[in-house]
Amino acid sequence: MKQNGDGIIGAQTPISPPLGMAEPGQDGTEPGGDPAPPPASPPPAGPRNPWQAPGTGPRRNPGIEDLFRPRRDGPGPKDQRPSGPPPLGPKLFRLPPGLLDGKWLPLALGGVVALWLISTTGHQLSSNQEGIVTTFGKYTGTIGSGLNLTAPWPIQQVRVEDVTSIRRDSVPEGEAEMLMLTGDQSLVDLSYIVRWNIRNLKQYTYQLQDPKGTVIEVAEAAMRASVAEVRLNDVMGGAGRAEIESHVRQRMQSILDAYHSGILIQGVDIKKADPPAKVNDAFQKVQAAQQNANRDMSNAQAYAQQTIAKAEGEAAAFDKVYAQYKLAPEVTRRRMYYATMEQVLSSNDKVIAPQSGVTSYLPLPAIQKKAPDAPQGGGQ
Amino acid sequence: MSDLSFTLGAREKLAAAVLVVAGLLAMTAVVEVPETQQAVVMRLGDPVRVINRYRSGVDYGMTGAGLSLRIPFFETVVRIDRRVLAVDMDKQQVISSDQQRLEVDAYARFRIIDPVKMVRTAGTADKVQEQLSPILNSVLRQGLASHTFQSLLTIERGAMLEQIRAALDQEAREYGAQIIDVRIKRADLPAGTPLDRAFARMEAAREQEATAIRAQGEKQARIIGADAEARAAKIYADAFSKDPAFYDFYRAMESYRTTFANPANKSQTTIVLTPDNDYLRQFRGTKGQ
Repeated sequence: MKQNGDGIIGAQTPISPPLGMAEPGQDGTEPGGDPAPPPASPPPAGPRNPWQAPGTGPRRNPGIEDLFRPRRDGPGPKDQRPSGPPPLGPKLFRLPPGLLDGKWLPLALGGVVALWLISTTGHQLSSNQEGIVTTFGKYTGTIGSGLNLTAPWPIQQVRVEDVTSIRRDSVPEGEAEMLMLTGDQSLVDLSYIVRWNIRNLKQYTYQLQDPKGTVIEVAEAAMRASVAEVRLNDVMGGAGRAEIESHVRQRMQSILDAYHSGILIQGVDIKKADPPAKVNDAFQKVQAAQQNANRDMSNAQAYAQQTIAKAEGEAAAFDKVYAQYKLAPEVTRRRMYYATMEQVLSSNDKVIAPQSGVTSYLPLPAIQKKAPDAPQGGGQ
Repeated sequence: MSDLSFTLGAREKLAAAVLVVAGLLAMTAVVEVPETQQAVVMRLGDPVRVINRYRSGVDYGMTGAGLSLRIPFFETVVRIDRRVLAVDMDKQQVISSDQQRLEVDAYARFRIIDPVKMVRTAGTADKVQEQLSPILNSVLRQGLASHTFQSLLTIERGAMLEQIRAALDQEAREYGAQIIDVRIKRADLPAGTPLDRAFARMEAAREQEATAIRAQGEKQARIIGADAEARAAKIYADAFSKDPAFYDFYRAMESYRTTFANPANKSQTTIVLTPDNDYLRQFRGTKGQ
């Protein structure tokens, strides 16, 4: 198209608005759809268009839109109605004939009504759901799982809520330290989870303004009251913890029942019960002391086993020897005596001297000194 | 639709217009009150009646919620929450009777039971909440000030809170509200000296515990050792008392070996034997012994 040159397009666009829309940059100045004759209508510069009907004035080039334009008027030339408003754009979607005559209105209305009836009278509830039915705002009933029919929307409304699924609320949210006072005026860093579901949807819907917030607040009040009744070690220890959990659960349930809240507390789980970070070192010391004590005790156990084993061994050895001794007391006694003396005297220096007073004792140190030089020399 | 009206005459047109106006009037005459609300009907600014007023014990569906009539233009409707509402209190420091400071966070739950009174005195439920919050503050402060720190923490809380609830309820009745419950959500030591003191006390307690555990461990170890020694002694006694004389001999022999013939102890000892030593009896060559 661009190859045709500006002159040709400028001369042809006034009666071809779709073409003008297709190339707004080139003939933006030209008013599209202007029925006035072109400002200058020189004869086409190129060779004469052989397809142009003679005497009908300058014929526009067929634009690509023209090809898709629905030919309502048949294949005749477009300039049969040159003064009519030009089509604003290609009519891609054509309504079937007869729809514009007003016959579709009841059909559409019927469709809307049907849609309205279907979407507001039938209520498909899954097994974990219940619904509150209200008639002009007045409570009329509770519907369970399955398909339920009610009056359509402005008259009756249904509010569906998941009742059996257990909701979990963590207190505190996140990992922040939450300190609580215990009965012995210590502090414990505690976090826990409350599990609850809806027991009575009617009460849950109408009784409290903010049931979820109430659960959290009641949990806080109940947990602090329960923790304040026990000692720090019970909070951190295993058995005390379970007791607190069940206490808090009962306490929460009784408060919520007093509010007629329709909420059932399934359980309270303590996630964490730690000493505050600031005094953690002191708690570590207790652990270290515990380990020390355990080590001392296991050392003592080892010593005890060793001592007893030694005693038992010696006693058994004595018993064995004694049994032999009983068989031949005199011989055994002398044998043991000689055997022992042999060992003793063979590995020591010996001096055999008559008992003749003090003198024999005096040289003993000298002999002892000399002994290493001639160990056997002193022997007989 | 417009096509339809063209076929109607002027009288029918008038009738339709009247119908539409009548319908609109009827709609303004009908009030829909949901279960969660009670509505005060005001005739020219004066409350005349209450729709769906709260009465305890009346089940939902029976309370008057739903559609009601009013005189259009003359009667307006003020809607008030019918549910249990919350009064939240900011954290505040209270001083117990034993002069300890405590940071308390409490809440109250209330319900509007006299909407007409409430509309006259407060206007809206939000205003009631605003009015009750400072009252809760002061009532709580007074109530807690007459208790010791320890009793604030523990079981006496129940009775004390009931007193506070009663006191607050008395004030709340002026606004047509009923206090259902007052609870202490938190009772914490305020940051600074009280908290640091608590930490210091905890540390001291832990130190003490650690010392006690260590001492206890030592004690147990001693007992275990002594116990073992006692058992060993008994074993020895049981075995050796069968023949004390032989034991004396047996043990003496063993002792001599250990003392004089210990291969680990190389130091030599000079043993002086007199010729009449029993060991040398045969050495002497004497007979008949």
